[in-house]
Amino acid sequence: MSEQHRSVTLTVNGRTHQFDVPVRRLLSDAIRHDVGLTGTHVGCEHGVCGACTVLMDGRPVRSCLLFAVSADGAAITTVEGLAAADGTRHPVQQAFTECHALQCGFCTPGFLTTIAAALEDNSHPSEEQAEEIISGNLCRCTGYQNIKAAVLRAAELKRAAG
Amino acid sequence: MTQIFGEPITRREDARLTTGRGRFLDDLGRHALAAAFVRSPHAHARVREIDVTAALDVEGLIGIYTYDDLDGPLAEPLPLLIPHPTLTAGRTAYPLANGIVRHVGEPIAMVVGTDRYVAEDVAGLIEVTYEPLPPVVGLTASRDGDLLVHDDLPDNVAAHLMQQTGDVDAELAAAPNTVTFTQTIERSASMPLEGRGVYARWDAQDDSLRVYSSTQTSTSVRAAIAAKLELSPGKVEVIAPDVGGGFGVKIVHPWPEELLIPWAARLLDREVKWVEDRREHFISSAHERGQIQDITAGYDDEGRLLALDVRIWHDHGAYTPYGIIVPIITSTQLLGPYKPRAYRCAIDSMYTNTVIVTPYRGAGRPQGCFAMERTMDRIADALGLDRAVVRERNLIQPDEFPYDQGLTFQDGRPLIYDSGDYPESLRMIRELVGWDDFETVRSQAAAEGRTVGIGMACYVEGTGVGPYEGGHVQVENSGRVLVSTGLTSQGQGHETVFAQIVAQELGVPLDDVVVTTGDTRRFGYAVGTFASRAAVMSGNAVALAARNVRAKALRIAADALECSVDDLDIIDGVVQVKGDPSAAMALSTVAVLSNPLRYAFDNAARAATQFAPRADPLRAPVDEDDEPGLENRDYYSPIRSTFASGMHSAVVEIDRDTCETKILRYAVVHDCGNLINPMIVEGQIHGGVAQGVGGALYEVMHYDEHGQLLNASFMDFLMPYATEIPHIETAHLQTPSPLNPLGIKGAGEAGVIPGSACLASAIEDALGVRISAMPVSPSDLFELLATDPERTRRGSR
Repeated sequence: MSEQHRSVTLTVNGRTHQFDVPVRRLLSDAIRHDVGLTGTHVGCEHGVCGACTVLMDGRPVRSCLLFAVSADGAAITTVEGLAAADGTRHPVQQAFTECHALQCGFCTPGFLTTIAAALEDNSHPSEEQAEEIISGNLCRCTGYQNIKAAVLRAAELKRAAG
Repeated sequence: MTQIFGEPITRREDARLTTGRGRFLDDLGRHALAAAFVRSPHAHARVREIDVTAALDVEGLIGIYTYDDLDGPLAEPLPLLIPHPTLTAGRTAYPLANGIVRHVGEPIAMVVGTDRYVAEDVAGLIEVTYEPLPPVVGLTASRDGDLLVHDDLPDNVAAHLMQQTGDVDAELAAAPNTVTFTQTIERSASMPLEGRGVYARWDAQDDSLRVYSSTQTSTSVRAAIAAKLELSPGKVEVIAPDVGGGFGVKIVHPWPEELLIPWAARLLDREVKWVEDRREHFISSAHERGQIQDITAGYDDEGRLLALDVRIWHDHGAYTPYGIIVPIITSTQLLGPYKPRAYRCAIDSMYTNTVIVTPYRGAGRPQGCFAMERTMDRIADALGLDRAVVRERNLIQPDEFPYDQGLTFQDGRPLIYDSGDYPESLRMIRELVGWDDFETVRSQAAAEGRTVGIGMACYVEGTGVGPYEGGHVQVENSGRVLVSTGLTSQGQGHETVFAQIVAQELGVPLDDVVVTTGDTRRFGYAVGTFASRAAVMSGNAVALAARNVRAKALRIAADALECSVDDLDIIDGVVQVKGDPSAAMALSTVAVLSNPLRYAFDNAARAATQFAPRADPLRAPVDEDDEPGLENRDYYSPIRSTFASGMHSAVVEIDRDTCETKILRYAVVHDCGNLINPMIVEGQIHGGVAQGVGGALYEVMHYDEHGQLLNASFMDFLMPYATEIPHIETAHLQTPSPLNPLGIKGAGEAGVIPGSACLASAIEDALGVRISAMPVSPSDLFELLATDPERTRRGSR
């Protein structure tokens, strides 16, 4: 029994990777194992927890619900790609520390990518919108209160940075 | 000296965890072979045949292993941790099923393949022939005893446990009033976002093993692996990398996979890794909480509890690898901040054909709190008294500490509360939530056609159980301070708080301190992270070690600076003469001086040569009671646990059409003694409350009559999202513990304990229906509103 393979090209955090994958390889596994970026975490493998969220052409997607081959040609941003080229952390990364919005940190990458994308669309979220932004991601540690605060703080930092 | 202890310092863990540079279990071993397991689809069955024929041709298959492949200690049943005299019929599983399976999810065969996809393909092609047996599902079926989980146990009882103080029968007989009722609590689970996982590397040249496990106790996993694989513990290293949440489930050890993966790595001389998937976590890790409680309380006309008689049936699932620690805790922590004259708690710990039950954050305390707090509400209701007033009349008073409850706690020590101020907590929670003004809130809401209610629940939590933890503190020649402790971390911020403690004790900048936890290469003796014990146990251990290092540094510096130790202080990593900053030496220099062998490898060593070595030719370079190096290892071992406490109050609104419960306010007063880092303590409370809300309103394990877990996914197991968790208002009271040097108490589990009791109280207050089963769903409320026979008596609001 041998598997069908296809070549895929993924641009991950600005760097292009071309490799062969079995057609059933999940995008999450391709990012973690083929590209070698393990910041994207897999919490449920059925698209509910959101830990594996990455940005595909700027939009948040659950990488455990996509095959790597269906992302062929796409530009992917993972948590490793949120910081600026000089290593300065993204406002949402900074805000998570300031607001103590993470504990074990396993779900965190999915929150960070989700919030980073949302702040591109809405630079001034209300408290209600902050909750809406994170309402599709599960966290078992924090009770979400500090994550909501971090959304607002990240927006503030981002506006200040211009 | 800058104050570091007690400050809300942001976490050093965050730099890596927010940038994708954390190292969780599955982030390691990129090229390791992958394991997958064939697990039982039956709740109870004999395994007649395992046919691997169809699986053998899968490309990438490395090996298939069943019970018959195991030998030596590995072929014996898994260990039973924490034996107890009343656990007379404990049973544990085999690493792989030995002819019989007793719950859906029990492992039968292990497959190793070149990757996880391959391993799962193989697992799917292995044909197992079962002879299904009738399963025992649920406590009622187990109690009936018609069907058995283990053939040789005719009543399905593993342990009959009794805790008592005073003469319950006499007090009940004499009590002016009594109330009797039954309650049930459903199963939930720890459900960390990262499941379990094991990655093993065998070094054939060195005959040694390195194992990474997503565990709450690396030292005990090491001991278990060494024993089961017949290796010297010195040849086994176990490391807990970044762990994506634990909440109790990862304290169980050894899990079958923690033995089988290292075993396979040695057998194959290849790296092997197994990472649990979410369904596996639901059906083959552990659950908690399931109990039936029969309660009789006797009380006087003022609402004072005279006697409490509690009978509990506790569902521990198919096996008892973790002993009966959960029911022991329920029975002892049930009393909370109160002091009935007489108390009796009898618990039967029962087998069922379901996943094992082991501690989940709170570990039996939420059930005990539910029993006691709902009793308080019943008494208040019967006497027409304010619920806060009834509680107030029953509280242990500040001048009664240390207060001996007359029971034996989970650590085998007497249940003696060390300190607290419960009346002040009650005053604070009433003020914080606006308890005394709530009738105004209720009438305003009623005027708007809204139904609201308020509830309250109080708890006392034994924290920091022994027997010990250790800490090692070492000042390097660079001035960097290495701290290690054996217990593990799963998000509690230990790297930050232990650094705060050591920086404060030693007098060095926080940034100079580097903390390692859960790595047997650095610290071999430890117990683990559970029971709200890490800060208390390892916090005090590293404080003691830091104090010893400080004393040694002062002694060496006093020698070199030719002054008295009493004249010296350490400020920002520099030992200096008080009032004369010019007479000073860096701690890094002291570190060099502490070692008589001084090759000038680095600047610190070169700098140290200006201080003359010991001139006295009659003394050895290292004194008999001394040792080279500026380091120390010390242990903290408490005489008994320290008792944290708190009170929660919630305001809920019930939608009359949908019966949905919305939490409008959630207030917490919390007392864990001195705070090391208030930001982190708040975070612990928030997370605990969220799990309490989950357990009260949403989370349940839906087993059908066949023992199938119907909601074994995040789609169907309703873990709260941000939309379900209210804003949490907190206030802190600090009554330091007299039992430990830092005066601290544990904080990890507190937030979850009173959740169900508090919300049941609030919902009952809103609707006037009796809440005696948790969680309570909208459908449950709808039913109750339609049928509750007691409702008219209490009057519908």
